[in-house]
Parts: sequence; C-alpha cells; structure tokens
Amino acid sequence: MAMLELRNVHAHYGKIHALKDISITVNKGEIVTLIGGNGAGKSTTLKTISGTLRPSEGKIFLNGEDLGKYPAHEIVTKGIVQVPEGRRVFGQLTVMENLDLGAFTSKDKKRDANNIEKIFQMFPRLAERSKQLAGTLSGGEQQMLAMGRALMADPKILLLDEPSMGLAPVLVDSVFDTIKTLHAQGVTILLVEQNARMALKTASRGYVIQTGKVILEDDAKKLLENEMVKKAYMGD
Amino acid sequence: MTKAQSLWNHGVKIGAIGGVSVLVICLIGMVESFGKRFIIAGYLPMGVTIALIISMFAAFIAAKKTPIPEKSIQFANAVMSGFVTSGLLAIFVIIGRSIKLRVVFVEASPVLYNILTGGISGAGGIFILLFAGLLCGAFSGLLIVLTDLPRKLIINAIATVFALGLLQELILPILNSWDLGVTNYLAGLFYTLNGLTPIGAILAVIIFCILYLLWHANQNTIKTKYSNLPKATQKKTKYFGLLILAIILIFLPQFLGLFLSEVLTIVGLYVLLGLGLNIVVGYAGLLDLGYVAFFAIGSYVVALLTSPQIFDIGLNFWQALPIAVICGILAGVMLGIPVLKMRGDYLAIATLGFGEIIRILVLSDFLKPWLGGAQGIGSIPNPNFMGFLMVKPQHIYYLILAGCILVVFISLRLKNSRLGRAWMAMREDEDVAQAMGINLVATKLLAFATGAGFSALSGAIFASKIGSVYPHSFNVFISINVVCIVIIGGIGSLPGIVVGAAALMGLPELLREFADYRMFVYGVALVIMMLLRPEGLLPEVRHKIELHDETETGTQTAAQP
Repeated sequence: MAMLELRNVHAHYGKIHALKDISITVNKGEIVTLIGGNGAGKSTTLKTISGTLRPSEGKIFLNGEDLGKYPAHEIVTKGIVQVPEGRRVFGQLTVMENLDLGAFTSKDKKRDANNIEKIFQMFPRLAERSKQLAGTLSGGEQQMLAMGRALMADPKILLLDEPSMGLAPVLVDSVFDTIKTLHAQGVTILLVEQNARMALKTASRGYVIQTGKVILEDDAKKLLENEMVKKAYMGD
Repeated sequence: MTKAQSLWNHGVKIGAIGGVSVLVICLIGMVESFGKRFIIAGYLPMGVTIALIISMFAAFIAAKKTPIPEKSIQFANAVMSGFVTSGLLAIFVIIGRSIKLRVVFVEASPVLYNILTGGISGAGGIFILLFAGLLCGAFSGLLIVLTDLPRKLIINAIATVFALGLLQELILPILNSWDLGVTNYLAGLFYTLNGLTPIGAILAVIIFCILYLLWHANQNTIKTKYSNLPKATQKKTKYFGLLILAIILIFLPQFLGLFLSEVLTIVGLYVLLGLGLNIVVGYAGLLDLGYVAFFAIGSYVVALLTSPQIFDIGLNFWQALPIAVICGILAGVMLGIPVLKMRGDYLAIATLGFGEIIRILVLSDFLKPWLGGAQGIGSIPNPNFMGFLMVKPQHIYYLILAGCILVVFISLRLKNSRLGRAWMAMREDEDVAQAMGINLVATKLLAFATGAGFSALSGAIFASKIGSVYPHSFNVFISINVVCIVIIGGIGSLPGIVVGAAALMGLPELLREFADYRMFVYGVALVIMMLLRPEGLLPEVRHKIELHDETETGTQTAAQP
C-alpha cells in the first residue's frame, strides 16, 4: 500500500489555481522525485502535504489516514517532516539548539540523544561545530544541519525541497550521497529538485510537473532517457 | 581632491557634526537649563560639561577615522575637529550678539552666549570659546596617542567624576541619612549643595585611579584563582553574592529617604513592565507597541474592585490582584487572536492601535458611568499586609520587590523550558517553527498572555500605590518607555532590563531638568546605542555573540573549505 498518497489534489493561492488535479503516490522505502521548472508547483505540492497550504479539492493520505483533519504542526507528529527550501536553519541559535528544536514534538529524551549521536556520525562536521551559531556555517554545512534537524523527528517520510539549491557542485554530490545513505537506512524520501539529472539518478520513480499538472510519471531510469525530459530539464 | 585635503576631511567634517550637535542642544535650551546644576561646584556646570563631552567625542572619532594611522596626523585631526566645533559656536555667538536670533530661536538668549564664552564679552569671550575647542581637540588627540591603559584610565576617571556629580541627589541624602561623624565628614568633603567640591573631584579621580590600577594589576590572578576553585566553592561564592544582593535589596529603603524610595518604586514598576514585554519582544520576537493597555487594564480592575467610588464592591487589594492579572491575561489573548497572522511592522501598528483604543475607551463619556471617564477613579485603598497598611513608598517597595522576584523567577524558568524554545524558534522563523511541529497559535497567544499578565500585575500595584487612576496616566509614552528600556537594556537579558529601567526611569527622576528633554534624550540614546552597542547595555550572551563575534567565527568557517 502506498505510504503517502495525494489523490486528485487542487490548490489555490487566492484566485491563482496552482495545483490542478495532482495525484502522487510514494511507497514505503522509495525515493520519489518531483521535477519541474520554476513555478511549476513543486514547492506548492510539498506545502499541501505538510499542511501549511490546504488543498481546495482532493485528499492526502498517510498510510490510509486522511491528513485533512490535522493542523500543520500535528502533521509533523504523524511522521511527515520537511527540509525547507533554502535550508532555513535557525541562524541565531547554535547547531545543538537547532537539532533540539527538530525533536520538539518528541517526548523521549533517550531516543533524542540516540538520534543526535546518529546524526553526528553521519555529519561529523556538525559535531565539531555543535556550539557554533548555525548562521555562521557554510551553505553545505547548513544543508547538513537542516537534514539533521529533520531527522531528529524520526520521520517516516522526509520531504526534501531543493536540497542542492545554491551549493557548489562538489557539495551537490555529497548532498545526494547523503540522500542515498538515508534511503539505505530505510527512510522514505520525496525529493523535489530542479537538478533533474541528479534527482533522477538517485530516485527510483519520478513525476514531471508543469504548470500545476503532472504531465509524466515513470521509473526514474526511463524518465532519464525520455526525449522530452532530456530536452526540457537537462538541456540536452 | 588632493591627498592633503582628504587627510583633513575627517577632522573638518566630524568637527562640524560636533559643532551642529552642540548648537542643537544650545538652541533647545539644554545647555542653559542644565547650567544651573554643577558637576564641580562653581567651576563646571552640567550644560557646559555636556557641550565639552560632545566636542571631545567628535574629536576622538575624527582622530580615530583618520585614514593614515600616524599619531601626529591623528592628533592634528582631533585638534582640527575641536577647532571646527568651537569655530561654529563662535560664529553662532557673533551672529547672535549682532542680530536678534530670539525671534526664531527662543532659547538663543544672552545668558546662553555668556555660558558659551565663559562670561566674558567681546572678542575675549570668542577667544576663550575657540581656545576651549582647541583644548578639547588636543585632549582627545592625546587620548588617541596614548596607549590602551592610560586612555581607559582617563576616560573612566572622567566618567566617574561626571557620574558622582550627576548622582549627587542619590548619594548625598544617603550619606546624610546616617548622620554619623564619618559620613557627615565625607559628605562635606565631597559635596556642596550643588555639585562636587573641587577637592572632592580630585580625590575621586585619585581614588578611582588607585582602585582601577589595583584591579588591572590583579585582575588576571583573581580571575584564574576563581576559575581554579572547585566547582562547589564557585557555586558557594555565587550564592554568597546573591545573598549579599538580597540583603542590600531588603534593607535598601532604610538608607534611602522618602523621595529616593519613591524613585525606586517607579523603577520597580518599570522593571516589571520591562520583564513582561521582554517575554513578548525578547523571547517571542513579537513587537508590541500597545503594551500600556494591559497596564491600564490591571490598574482599572483593581480600582473598580477596591475603590468605594462607582461600584463599591469593596474587595481588598489581595483579592483584586489575581483578578486583575487574570483580566490582563484574557486581554492579552484577546489582542493576540486578531493579530495572529501579522508580523513585524504590521503587528507593531496593530498593537499600537490596541493601546490607544483602551485609553480612548477609558476616557470616553460613553463608558463614564462604569469607568469614571476623564475624572478617573479615586480613593483606592492602600494594600494591607496582615494588618499592616502599606502607605509609604518604602512599604510599596517591598510589594514591588516581591513582584519583581516572582516575575524574574518565572522568566528564567520559561526561558529554558519547552515553551521558551518554541518562542525562540518562532522568533527566528515562523514557517520553519511550524514545520518542526510547533503550534504557532498556542505559542503566540501564550507569549501575549504571559506578557500581559506581568503588565497587569504592574498596573495593579501602580493603582494601589497612587491611590487613583486617570486615563492620561496610560498614554502611548509608557509603551515607548518600556520598549526603550528593553532595547537599551539588552533584548532578552533580565539584568539588562533592570539596568535599562534604572537608567531610563531612575535618572530622569533624579535630574528633574531632564524632564523637558526626556524624549529627546531617549531618541539620542537609542541612536547612540544602535551605533555603538546594538546589543544593549547588559546583553544576553547570544546577542552579543551574534553582533560582535561574527568576523571571528566567519573567518573560522572561511578558513575551512
């Protein structure tokens, strides 16, 4: 059964019809990617999933449960955790405080301590800088922190919004390596990316979204070879 | 522009800024009205002192900004700045003596010219004025040329004398109240009825220098000794310090007279208000400019419940107090709900409006039968503590002290709580905070409610202290005062707020000449603070790191790829 399912979702910003009949499924243990150009509706889709924007029509299910009745802050406790676009770490708080806030909904101190240890193993750089203000970290380190912060909530499904944005090519590679590592550890991931080539190489399945509609869905490998996708999103 | 010109540029420019600043404080009458108070009796009136300090400061900055760090050029630039400052004033005096400037500037009086020229008419006075400017410049130049230790020593010694002179009305009554041989002798030695004695000023400088040098020589050994102590002993020392502070706070009103205790209660009420606003602004990052509304609500609830006028419900203060606080909290939630979605400037304007709405409602004829209208509500009984009537400010002081301790305790606990962390996250980034699972609605409303509760507590004490409430006691300036206290003291820092309240509320009460220039002084203080110490007088550690260590940590990260 699908872990996360968007069923015929429409969304509006005022009068602007931003999402038109979007249906997406993410199965347990998958990396699914959502690719598309600027303004196609990728981030809007994530917003409707995390509950900050309500769908005007259609429903979103997590393990068969309708999420419509939950306010945004409770959707986090259901296991859907977002790493926001542009990282958005709490710049004036230390690395440690950022991680602590990631575990805001958790009441299990022992599990939090375990999680911190795991995250520090995955990103040793964060451990070195645990007392430093997050705003003084480099872009790549901030991306690590943003991911670490999301992992503190023990997500069932992780929503990554353009994790490679604004990073140097070397760092982009390491970000995607991290995504693969997380996947290997059993985290289900919905990845929104403009860097279509990298995203499709990492993901198992992909959706192509254009002006608020899903125009293509297929295995990532097949999408990589699709002429239209190559032309429109990879500049071939 | 040639190179030589650009070298002098700073001296002339900053000197001119200094000159214009002094001119402004002359023309608004500050120099003249402060001229009646002396820092050093018979020699140095306060108005002149302020003018001198401004020109010295300008010269100091001019020298510091000199593009070439060569001492002779820096010195020359300082002198140049001082000369330009006094030159501008000299031109002003010459023009003022030949044309009647008073038609436009009411304060441009002959008395002012006399003050500026040292009381000498004609060319001699102008010469003295210019000479004073040169001296100021030379003095600042000397400070720049000197090494660190003597510079700090001189600046702090001058500040000490200035503070001692300024705080005469604080220190002298305390010395006199003891009426011992020693204190009477000290009072006579240091103070006249208006300002320090010259001998007192010199003694103060000497004593300060000795203490400063002793501290400087031993500071490192003392610090290392302290940090070498075992943790338990360190803790004990800390508790001992707290104990001494507590003893001082408990016995403080016994040393202070009626007037100073009254000042202390005003400071205390503002500390309460500041601590409350600190939760809203400092912790949660919501700029609330209508904070006076809750103060008014606290006051009016106590007034209505305890005063025999209007309803004659006849509760006593202690029964009314919790009701007042609860009403304040409810009002905080009521304000919070409509402004939930607002941020930054919009929130500030909306809350400003809320403050005015409450004041106008209270003032209105429509609600007069219930709230007393412009006449307010009188004959509020004083609080009665176990049969003991708290009448004097000395008694009210203990009530306020208890309130402050309670509020400090709650603030400290909240800061490190789950709620405190949620506030912190919300202050930084609302959207991400929500994505972390923080309930924004509840968190925001709790911030408004807590702050409003503290404010209502302050208002309740205020009403029973004054014995009457009037709408005009609750104008927007109270909100502005409290915001200034929080910003100047240091946003988020509890000791900072106490210091801010003492500086912004206590000092003007001690220096009544300030009253006319209160808002002017606040404005200047805010601008200076934002330029020199944006984190506040006693900042919270976090803000200090953020605003000052950026370069340090920045290079650290840059060094590692």
